[in-house]
Parts: sequence; structure tokens; C-alpha cells
Amino acid sequence: MIVLDRKKAPEFHQVDNIDFLNPESFLLNNSISLHTLTGGSQEIVKIDFIFNAGFWHQNQSLIANATNALIKEGSENYSAFEIADGIDQYGAFLQSDVSFDHASITLYTLNKHLEKVIPYFKEVICSPSFSEKEFNIYKNNALEKFKVNLEKVSFLARSSFMNEVFNEGSPYGRKLSIHDYENLSLKEVKQFYNDFYNLGNCEVIVSGNVSSTIVETIDRFFGQEVIAKKNETNKTTTQSSTNNKKIFIEKKDALQSAIRIGRQLPNKLHKDYYGLQIFNTILGGYFGSRLMKNIREDKGYTYGIGSGIVSLQNGGYFFISTEVGSDVTNDALKEIYKEIEHLQKEEVSLDELNLVKNYLLGQILKSCDGPFNMASLFENVHFYGLDYDFYNNYIKTIKEITPKTLLELGVKYFKQSDLTEVVVGKV
Amino acid sequence: MIAFEKFTLNNGLKVIVHQDKSTPIVAFNILYDVGARDEDENKTGFAHLFEHLMFGGSINIPNFDEPLQKVGGDNNAFTSNDITNYYITVPKDNIETAFWLESDRMLSLAFTEKSLEVQRNVVVEEFKQNYLNQPYGDVWLLLRPLAYQKHPYKWPTIGKEVAHIENATMEDVKTFFYQHYLPNNAILSIAGNVDKEFIQPLAQKWFGDIPSGNVPIRNLPKEPQQNEARRLRVERDVPANAIYKAYKMCSKTHQDFHATDLLSDVLSLGKSSRLYTSLIKEQKLFSDINAYVMGSYDEGLFVISGNLLDGIEYDIAEKAILDELEKVKATAISDNELNKVKNKVESTREFSETSILNKAMHLAFAELLGDANDVNLEGEKYQQVSKKDILRIANEILKKTNCSTLIYAKSNKQ
Repeated sequence: MIVLDRKKAPEFHQVDNIDFLNPESFLLNNSISLHTLTGGSQEIVKIDFIFNAGFWHQNQSLIANATNALIKEGSENYSAFEIADGIDQYGAFLQSDVSFDHASITLYTLNKHLEKVIPYFKEVICSPSFSEKEFNIYKNNALEKFKVNLEKVSFLARSSFMNEVFNEGSPYGRKLSIHDYENLSLKEVKQFYNDFYNLGNCEVIVSGNVSSTIVETIDRFFGQEVIAKKNETNKTTTQSSTNNKKIFIEKKDALQSAIRIGRQLPNKLHKDYYGLQIFNTILGGYFGSRLMKNIREDKGYTYGIGSGIVSLQNGGYFFISTEVGSDVTNDALKEIYKEIEHLQKEEVSLDELNLVKNYLLGQILKSCDGPFNMASLFENVHFYGLDYDFYNNYIKTIKEITPKTLLELGVKYFKQSDLTEVVVGKV
Repeated sequence: MIAFEKFTLNNGLKVIVHQDKSTPIVAFNILYDVGARDEDENKTGFAHLFEHLMFGGSINIPNFDEPLQKVGGDNNAFTSNDITNYYITVPKDNIETAFWLESDRMLSLAFTEKSLEVQRNVVVEEFKQNYLNQPYGDVWLLLRPLAYQKHPYKWPTIGKEVAHIENATMEDVKTFFYQHYLPNNAILSIAGNVDKEFIQPLAQKWFGDIPSGNVPIRNLPKEPQQNEARRLRVERDVPANAIYKAYKMCSKTHQDFHATDLLSDVLSLGKSSRLYTSLIKEQKLFSDINAYVMGSYDEGLFVISGNLLDGIEYDIAEKAILDELEKVKATAISDNELNKVKNKVESTREFSETSILNKAMHLAFAELLGDANDVNLEGEKYQQVSKKDILRIANEILKKTNCSTLIYAKSNKQ
């Protein structure tokens, strides 16, 4: 019998072939674009109406959130309770969400119940009533939740960071305050709905076990609606005027300080985007990253530290995020800058780079698993006018990128003098 | 329906294989039958601290994460009061790396002082981040010892106090490992485009020669029947008053579990549920309200928690909760309500089964509680629940003398 050599790793293969599930695209009767991603063995479907109605499109804080939340709270023909009950009755789920650029209204249902729940879904999207009563309930309850968030160092650090990096003039950077809740007006919510939740301002992504019957049902309910022209928002994001800002917000009794460090970066349309993602992975983008290894696994300063690059339609940003023991706040900051500098001065070893390459390819493979994951991948490129070539090129870049290129990116984009730092807590 | 095959190695390791041909990824889940309930009362938080140490290198492999990342895999773990669960997702072609890594750390850890020292700090920071430096973070540090007097559920997984973690020694670590991290105390569950024929030789190769051992017999103190209303009031620097009501309920394996779970859904699942409709929408007393079951393996808790709106008095808010509970105790729920919560259970399960990792985990959990095939019978058990069952359960558990109430008030200085 051969004795097992447990010190020797089994052979492995780099992920080579990644199959992307291709979308099928249709136009509903009234020219709304609908894309389907079909797969999986469960008889379930996710229907996602995505509107250009994110924070970017609001002129005042909170309007995008309030509209997105209140859209579910009653319509012309149904009360808020009737809508919730109608959807709950068939075990379906209605979800609404707002991000920087888009807002979505999503229905999750078993295929067999679609016909029963879609009338409620249509009411939510096409004829919300925005009653005074529901508006007041929303306003009070959202304010209470906001007050709880204001007690969290992580929340304060995040909102202050976005504000510093994009500044108050940009819809991406505008900070929420209690004042915004008090001043919220129902009239403006209705106006925002009229301007941005028109069916002409949306696309539909349907994923799961999508049969032609399902597409026909959606067309029957939504394809007959009159749609208006797409609403374009004309705004530009301003490059933050001063860099290297250091903001400290004291929270006296804090046991931990929340740290955010970062800057604006180009979005996924820029040629450096892939390389920046790979650079970010090495620095703080996975469990074995430089930051994690040093600040958590060597020093034990934190439960977790990470970094990320977020691509937005009209910009983008890089951030490092962590919460560290108050007594080690300054030490942690020093180590974070040391790790960034290290990547600008010394090329990453081939061992480490190969590990990151294989890790990223494995993550891409995982992110393609199943129709719901594929719907996210599709959405993440479609609204930039891109297709799956984006991912194929990313895979190519991962395979080919060299330590030298990464070092150059580090020097170009991660100078300490270009970074903004926010600390909330105690130093 | 999750089809699976099952076999047991000579050392007692149970292995479950579920084939899903549609995915290029394999989920590799290993569950150890040890949780915070198995801890010594003076050394709490240990099962969870130990979970961290499982990533600090094993006897033959200095680092757990790197070799896995190198083959495109990813992993994590969690500890509960009942179990410790480790999971990996990896491209199917590289599944053997998962076997190599997991078997080596079951064989033995490296037990380095450095790893212990660092992870003690990391866990202390986790304690601060999630339990001390968050509004309402210490709720479970308060509510558990109020609801439980004897059973080890009286402390949370993170531990009773930071000092217990700071004082953990290498000797504690080793003892814990040799008692609990044994093949006959574990269940390995694998889901992906693999079958038993492919998995069995690999399991034999990597896990087959790990010796079994004596797992201490679990003899937990039984929680005495609660016969009095318990109440604790604390003041904290938080923006809103909150209330938590915890009623004793059955264990996850009890025949009444499904009816109890559905009762909590009737009260608070979704915006058409009773508590949401009455307390948030109609009476406008709370900004947030929830009812849920803990699903623990020993007798658990049925919890109702809510944040009061500004200016609402505690006695009015609490009475409103109690009035709703009286209604559900006095009259059976409607057919519509029953249908609704059953439909929700069905669709939740269908959506959850789109993930191979969920499938692997659910099989392992069910096997631990008796039989992996129970995952396929759960749906029917929920369908069997009647209005009468729910009415009976409501009357059995939603009693004043079965309840521990935590009044979590904002301090006056605000």
C-alpha cells in the first residue's frame, strides 16, 4: 500500500473554460426591452424591473429611497395590505431596492402562481397611490431606523467617506441627515415616480425557469401600457477638489474605530479597470489579501478588513473598510498605508500573483453558477452598453497580467496623497 | 427533492453525496457535532474561538486558505450553540484539494502559539464589533441568561464575557480538539456534479486512516420548566426603546416544531402578517416588529422583538403585543392565513435549493438530527399542520409564566 503523502498538494487545474448562459432578448408590445436567462431545475422565476431611478437621479436626499419603498404601499385598486396579502398568499416575494444608479422592483415566485400574483405586481409598478397615511408611516419608521444607524461607527464612516470622496455636489456623495427625513415631501415623491418610474425608463430581466408562457404573461400585463420617453438626467460628477483629506469624527465611548480610506476611480469602461480589480484583490479583496494577512491574521487588530472597487454609471471609487480596536487605531492606519506603499515599491511575487489569478478565475466560475447569478452578471454589464466580452476580456487580462503592470497601477492610482481617510471612533 | 447517496467509513465518518449535473462548482461541507452548548460554563466562547483556530494551519499543511485559493476555491465556517460547520466551494476538477485540506485538519492541527494569540485578539474584536460596539448589540448577552437558568443556551456563541476568550490556553485548545474533532463526530456532505462512485475512493483515501475516538457523552443540564414571568430592564445609550419577549418552545426535532414555526410566520412573516399590520400600520406603535423561532436542537425560544416609536409608552406597546397574542390564542387562524404561510414555506425552499451550498448544508444538518432524507419530508410536515395545531401551540407557549421579557430602554440623557 502506498503511504499517503499529506504534505504534498493534489494536482489541480486552472479554470479554463467558463460557460456563460446567454440571454435572449425580446421587445414587449410597447417596446419595453425584456431579457431572459433560462436555466435551473426549480420551477421558479425572478422578474426584475430595473429603472433609471437611483440616487444619481434625485435632486434631494431620500427621494429615491422613499419612492422605492412607498411604491409597494397601496395602489389605485388595492390597499397596502391587499397588495402584501395578495403576494404573500401565493408564497411570492416582492422586493424593492435602490442603488447609486438604478432602482428595482422584483418579484420572486413559483411559476405555477405567476398568473395569480402578477396583477398585484403590475399595480405596484404602474399605479401606486402614494397616500398621505402610508407616507407618514414610512417617514416615521425610516427616521427611527436612520437614528439607529447614526449610532454605528461603520455607518457614520461610510456616509462621511462618500461625502468626502464625491462631495456634497454629487448625487453619489450627498449625505443623509435627520433634516432630510423631516423635510421629505410627498409631492416630490410623486414627482420622482412620474419622472423616473415610467415603463419607458426601465428594462426587465427575467431569470429562472423562463418558459415562453412566462414571457407572454408579462407581455399581456405590461406590454399594453402606454410608455413615455426615456428620462435623461443631465448631471456630471465632479472630481473632488481636495485630495488627501483626513477626517476624524469622535465617538467618545467607542470600543472600536471605523476606518474608510479611498478615492474616486474610473468605472468599468476604462482600460485600467481589470488591472485595478486584480490589484485590489491582492491588497484587500479576498481572505488571503495583504491587508487581511497583516491587520487581522498577524496583528489581530480587527475581526475583518477588506477593500473594493465600485463601478458606477458616472464614476467609481475605491475603498478600504475596517473596524479596529480603539487603542490600535493609529497602528492600524500605519499598517494599511504600509501595505499600499509596499505594492507600489515591490513587485508582487509570481507565487502570490498566480494564486490570485486562480482564485479570481474560480470566483468568476462560481459567479456564473445558475440563472440568478447569471442575471446579475448580465445586469452588471448590460447597463454600461457592454456584453459578455467584458468578462472574456477580464479572464484574458487575469491570465496575462504581470507584476510590473500591477506595480505601475499602484503607482498611478494609489498614491497616499490621493487618498481620503475617514476615522470614526476614538484615537 | 434532493436525491443523495450515503455511506459511512470504518472510522465512523458519515458521507453524503448529492449530484447536481448543472453546476461546475462543488460544495464541500463538513459539520462537527459540537457547539457552544458543549462548553464549560467557565470557559464559554470556546467552540467559536476554536473554529478560528481551525484556519491556523494543520499538522502537515502550514496554511489552510492559500492552497484552496490557489485552486480557485473559497471557504468559510460558522459556529452556533449547537454545531460547528465548515464549508468550501471549489471548481469540480479541483475537489481533491478540499479533501486534502479538510482531512489534514481533522487529523491534527499545528497548534501554534502565534495562531492562538492572534485569534484570541481577532475574536475579542469580533465580540466588540458585533456585541458591544453596536446599538442593541448586547441583547443576547442579556436575554439568554434571563430565559435559561441551567441549560448552556444561557450564553451566546461568542461567549459570556471577553475574559473567557482572553484566558483560553493551548491546553484547553488541545483538549477540545481531541474530544470533538473526530471522524465519528462529523458529517461530510458534498453537492455538485459528482456521485458516490467518484467520491467514495477519495473519502477513503483522505479520511479513511484518521482514527476514531471517544466523544464525550453529551449530558447537558435540562432546563427546568419555567413557571414565572421573568423581566429585566436595562438602560442603554440607544435612540429608541426596544422590547424583547422570549417564550420557551420545543426543539427542532419535536413534532410540534413545524406548527410553532408557522405560528411565528402568521404573526410576522411579510407585510400582511398580523403584528406588522396591527402594530406598525394600524396602531402605529412600533417602527419595527418581528416574531421568529430559534430552531435550536434543544428546547428553544419563540421570540417577539420590536422597536417602539418615539413617544410611545412601554405599557401601551407591550399590551398591544399581548392583545395580538390573545387573539391568536382565542380563535383559530383563517384558512387564508394557513395557506399563505404554507405557500411561503414551499417557495422559500424552492429558492433555497437553487444553491448547491444550501443543499449540502441542509443534508448535513438533517443527517445530524436523524436522517438526511428528512430534508425531503420537511415540506410535507409543514403541509400537515392544521389550524387546530397552531391554536394549541399558541395556547401552550404564549403564556405569561413561560415568558422572559427584556425592556431595553434608551437612557434619559438622550
